[in-house]
Amino acid sequence: MKNIPEKPATTKKEDRKTSIMQTALKLFSTEGFYTTTMPSIAKTLGMSVGNFYNYFASKDQLAKELMLYISTVLGDKLREINMTDVSVKEKVTMIVHMYFSIARERPELIEYFLRVFLSNREIFTKECTGMVCVSGFVTELMLFFDEGVQSGELKDQDFFSALGLFMGYLGGMVFLNGEEVLTKPLNEYETAIAENIYNALRKQ
Amino acid sequence: MKPRLKVLWLQGVTCNGNTHSFLNYPHLSYVLETFEFLYHSLLPSTYTLEEISTCVHECDILIFEGAYDPRMERVGTSLETLVSYYGSHAKYVIAAGSCASFGGMFKHSDPEHITGLGFDEKEPKGPLASSPKLINLSGCPIHPEWMGYTLRMIADNKPIAVDELRRPKELYSYLAHHGCTRNEYFEWKVDSDHFGTKEGCLFYKQGCRGPMTHASCNKILWNDVSSKTRVGTPCFGCTEPDFPRINMFETKTNMSIPQDVPVGISKRSYLTMAGIAKSFHIPRLEKRLIDDDA
Ligand code: SF4
Ligand code: SF4
Repeated sequence: MKNIPEKPATTKKEDRKTSIMQTALKLFSTEGFYTTTMPSIAKTLGMSVGNFYNYFASKDQLAKELMLYISTVLGDKLREINMTDVSVKEKVTMIVHMYFSIARERPELIEYFLRVFLSNREIFTKECTGMVCVSGFVTELMLFFDEGVQSGELKDQDFFSALGLFMGYLGGMVFLNGEEVLTKPLNEYETAIAENIYNALRKQ
Repeated sequence: MKPRLKVLWLQGVTCNGNTHSFLNYPHLSYVLETFEFLYHSLLPSTYTLEEISTCVHECDILIFEGAYDPRMERVGTSLETLVSYYGSHAKYVIAAGSCASFGGMFKHSDPEHITGLGFDEKEPKGPLASSPKLINLSGCPIHPEWMGYTLRMIADNKPIAVDELRRPKELYSYLAHHGCTRNEYFEWKVDSDHFGTKEGCLFYKQGCRGPMTHASCNKILWNDVSSKTRVGTPCFGCTEPDFPRINMFETKTNMSIPQDVPVGISKRSYLTMAGIAKSFHIPRLEKRLIDDDA
């Protein structure tokens, strides 16, 4: 594996791919999945449709890669938190903060997850079944829960009951925020939410 | 004719399981032709236990079965004296079974005093701690072929490479998981709900320790025909220093996530692979292997 020379051409293509994904994410999450077309994304990027298809062979493939990308971004952040040497309680606070910061700074990531991935399951059933496209993020959550139970801080329970409680709550708050229902900015809810989540998950 | 190597089979705190297991060795006649048993509780022997307890004879190979409690006496002589005398004269000392190797089951009756010959679980301790003579054949009980292999290697004057727990690498580098007929079910995370089924892996629901256990049970089959996991009961990890653990028919999980994952694989990598594998339904693996009603 050593001494493999860098491949600038590939890196360049990867960079371009990432910037395409960012634009596509914005369009999908603001305009909706079905109204956004491959030509309309290409147009926004100033690319020819033909060239655009060099990067993504179909809209379904693009949709799947976007979910993988989001899962990796969130998974990497969660991994950093998992590797930090603090209590599980502090980690809950850090995760809530991380999630809301992303929702504020890169809302398209969370919006895509909530409004495209979860709401249009038919697009994803074939290639994104089960954990396939969300494994980066879910694996880190598993490691977080596993550590929590092993350290004696969290109650042992079914994984999905805990996952739903944690992620459903955060997703719900971001959704309410997006609908402009909340009376305060999202970050002002962080402390209370982290406390609620911790209290609900901890060993009594 | 070469003089036969002298073997002394001595017992400490034991259930005799290894003695009985070894009687199933298919080449027992070879053993009796090649070795002279100074003493064995069941096989024809030169001396009685009483004569052995006087500590005047010498053996080439000391086989010790059972946990080591220095205070325990055999015909009035303490194990401390017996093991010290015969152990210092022998060229090889074989710990037969997990109790002799690591303390095993019987260590739990008096954890402060009882150990293996050279280890207390995985910590070096006991009369042969750090001794280059010691060969651990862990297992509850040992597989007869494992003892047969070791004796043959000694008789043929061949070196026996051992791992850090002094177990022969040839026998203990494998995992019990290697060669299990359920490997494909393990790969795709299809588990069995019961013992004794032909289908399904026993990792998630039945406590199988195959992927964490160094043993060649699925390579060198028991009675030449089968193994625990092949017939559908979980591996208990009986060759490892932490045997016996509690709740051996259960897989310890934290929020449904297995606490232990296969040896040498990070939990992050394991969970990634397992999560993805579990996402797919493979109808062939969910069906009966042989369906008489189909
Ligand atoms: S039953 Fe045990 S040894 Fe067999 S494949 Fe499953 S985990 Fe491995
Ligand atoms: S399968 Fe496991 S429990 Fe059974 S004998 Fe082998 S190592 Fe021991």
